[in-house]
Amino acid sequence: MKLTLRVWRQKNAGADGAMSTYEVDGISQDMSFLEMLDTLNEELILKGEDPVAFDHDCREGICGACSLVINGDAHGPERTTTCQLHMRSFDDGDTIDIEPWRASAFPVVKDLVVDRSAFDRIIQAGGYITAPTGAAPEAHATPVPKPDADFAFEHAECIGCGACVAACPNGSAMLFTSAKVNHLNVLPQGSPERETRVLDMVGQMDDEGFGGCTLTGECATACPKGIPLPSIAAMNKEWLRANRKAAKR
Amino acid sequence: MNNFAEYATGDPVVDTKAPEGPVAERWDKRRFEAKLVNPANRRKHTVIVVGTGLAGGSAGATLAEQGYHVVQFCFQDSPRRAHSIAAQGGINAAKNYRNDGDSIHRLFYDTVKGGDFRARESNVHRLAQISVEIIDQCVAQGVPFAREYGGLLDTRSFGGVQVSRTFYARGQTGQQLLLGAYQALSRQIAAGNVELHARTEMLDLIVVDGRARGIVARDLITGKIDTYFADAVVLASGGYGNVFYLSTNAMNSNATAIWRAHRRGAYFANPCFTQIHPTCIPRTGEHQSKLTLMSESLRNDGRIWVPKAQGDTRPANEIPEDERDYYLERIYPSFGNLVPRDIASRAAKNVCDEGRGVGPGGQGVYLDFADAIQRMGRAKVEEKYGNLFDMYERITAENPYEVPMRIYPAVHYTMGGLWVDYDLGTTIPGLFAIGEANFSDHGANRLGASALMQGLADGYFVLPSTINDYLARTPHKDALSEDHPVVQEVLAETEDRLNLLLSVDGDRTPDSFHRELGELMWEFCGMARTETGLRKALERIPQIREEFWRRIKVPGTGEEFNQSLEKANRIVDYLELAELMCLDALHRAESCGGHFREESQTPDGEAERRDEEFSYAAAWEFTDTGASPVLHKEELHFEYVHPTQRSYA
Repeated sequence: MKLTLRVWRQKNAGADGAMSTYEVDGISQDMSFLEMLDTLNEELILKGEDPVAFDHDCREGICGACSLVINGDAHGPERTTTCQLHMRSFDDGDTIDIEPWRASAFPVVKDLVVDRSAFDRIIQAGGYITAPTGAAPEAHATPVPKPDADFAFEHAECIGCGACVAACPNGSAMLFTSAKVNHLNVLPQGSPERETRVLDMVGQMDDEGFGGCTLTGECATACPKGIPLPSIAAMNKEWLRANRKAAKR
Repeated sequence: MNNFAEYATGDPVVDTKAPEGPVAERWDKRRFEAKLVNPANRRKHTVIVVGTGLAGGSAGATLAEQGYHVVQFCFQDSPRRAHSIAAQGGINAAKNYRNDGDSIHRLFYDTVKGGDFRARESNVHRLAQISVEIIDQCVAQGVPFAREYGGLLDTRSFGGVQVSRTFYARGQTGQQLLLGAYQALSRQIAAGNVELHARTEMLDLIVVDGRARGIVARDLITGKIDTYFADAVVLASGGYGNVFYLSTNAMNSNATAIWRAHRRGAYFANPCFTQIHPTCIPRTGEHQSKLTLMSESLRNDGRIWVPKAQGDTRPANEIPEDERDYYLERIYPSFGNLVPRDIASRAAKNVCDEGRGVGPGGQGVYLDFADAIQRMGRAKVEEKYGNLFDMYERITAENPYEVPMRIYPAVHYTMGGLWVDYDLGTTIPGLFAIGEANFSDHGANRLGASALMQGLADGYFVLPSTINDYLARTPHKDALSEDHPVVQEVLAETEDRLNLLLSVDGDRTPDSFHRELGELMWEFCGMARTETGLRKALERIPQIREEFWRRIKVPGTGEEFNQSLEKANRIVDYLELAELMCLDALHRAESCGGHFREESQTPDGEAERRDEEFSYAAAWEFTDTGASPVLHKEELHFEYVHPTQRSYA
């Protein structure tokens, strides 16, 4: 396959960026999207040009490092991560636009690489269960009903890639935040910190400059792990409950 | 002939930390004998932890919880992305929830035997003991393990064992355990007990007066090279499987931290013990950048076969039952498709070498779920393996519910690593190595679902106990200064190396060298090794290294985000480590576990161990680049599990 790529190039966080056009040839349908970019980069290096910087690591769709907006869609046309997108999803002669995640809370580091440390700070605000090592009770001491365990797992699958933010017209991080709140709040082990968790995480999310949620649902459509949209409603319920409880105290 | 192969043998290396006495009491005894650091004094001690995977993340969180000041590093943009996250299958623990005859002793026995009698009994027994605490700890943290309808934890059986002791979270156990450790670490970061440096890569170790006192690390965004000082340094930087270029490791997983530590005096043990995982998706072409593992749990229900006839190119569904060879079931009737990884991998290679492989290039075997779908129904298969089937279909564009999967072995895990004693201390005082970065628990072959167990055992439980002893016994020293001559020297060496990489301005990319080295290693130091092949590789590696420093091209500068420079610098270390791996494989003229020497096999083609000569761990001491290292043997003694030739027939 022969393709035209229009790629966002930006030297560093402070520089202005622009789209640059490249032609690539000899692309196999079996290549992953990132292997296609590897091919481009090999050519650029040999030409003495700066290769395109992009985040990637496991290339198995689980680490959450890869993060490209492809033809306007976070992670491209298939519902998966960019590393699991294959070139058979494109046609010979296509022009493909490749941009970084766009959100004010995710500043560009270089080219297609963005800074997602805001997500880490949201987790640090309360996305954990306080369980010092060694103080744990026997694992079977607290049974967890299977539906609750499954609900927790479904939300725990979030890989923290940021596609939800990139897809949202408001740059909102509600889906990411709700995934962790719901994972931990439904479990008996997470229940003692249920209120502080949701209040602190939502507070941090707002402080980081993520936008508000207007329930457009783009986040859940872009999510490669299928975190469902009702996750946000469930978090809102937790948040209202926590505020009501706090007001009573 | 390369003189690298003419190594000298030095004094034996001895683990002085493992206590005597009954194996089941040794860990308690060690913990009691170890000195403690007064809680009020702990905050005065700084501990550097490199890596945030299962071992590093859990160690950082636990040490910080204990009151130490932890300074932690990861080259990824977030600690949550460490490659432990990609582990699929599960984590072993001797809980015996199934009442199927499991026990700590059985897990101990299985691990020593599975490792083909090349691991230390004391360490392995401790691992089995701690396994039960890990599950408790993870459940308390909210790790959503699979559960039964009654609300209790579910388990399954996993490659190479006959009991059901593997706890799992669908096909994403590593992800869930890692996020548990990441969250515990995040809590400590928020509390100010852990100072995290993300996108910062360790490039060298600072050893002053014979003790590890800090590291040199590069900020990958600004390119700034800085020094960080501590009272102890913990390496949790993972394995070195990426020497092979194609492996199931993440693209950026690398050996630089452990290799630089090795160059500074830490012995490197059993580098040739690499694990080739039998169930990976075969490669599709030259462009392949990495290989994807399919969880071994698939072997619980899938049946592995190839056509009986050579060169049979009919589609799988058109090959009648009596023309299929279910070779694992045929050769190993009692374990069948569940034989350990090394055996399954080699058997796949053998049938492909016979010309009976399937798929492009004949480098593949079928993993067939037709019988499982008939027996359990498609819905049940989907519930158990749905995400793996989806992943397979996404990568290959074939539907595994309708046509059998194609799999082929790929490099997956490295049992070798930095030599450590019972306390997980390396031969450099103050330098500890945990998780895949050390060599300790898996011998010559790791059993499925044991990597997660070891990473978390080291990080949550072992290191936090043993490091106390070192810190308590080491007189508190004044803070190092940036001006110290040793610090200046290490810093200058690092800067020079990066500048040299940038200045060569040759005509070959970093990847082209990496691929060339990887292909060489896969051919000569992969699934089957011979003296001739290894000598060939030892001759070739210095040539590639010489060419590398003449022809490498790294664009850009060192003062910016430069992924080519990161890559090239890691390849510098692979080009040295590869040589040691080949030498280790050459010197160990026996077959054991993942190390198969064609010269040492039984008449029916199984690995033949030679205990009288090789019942030791080979710990190598670095001398100089390209110069032969010194071998130090740690003799292994088996008091509880008596070495027998492994048999899974």
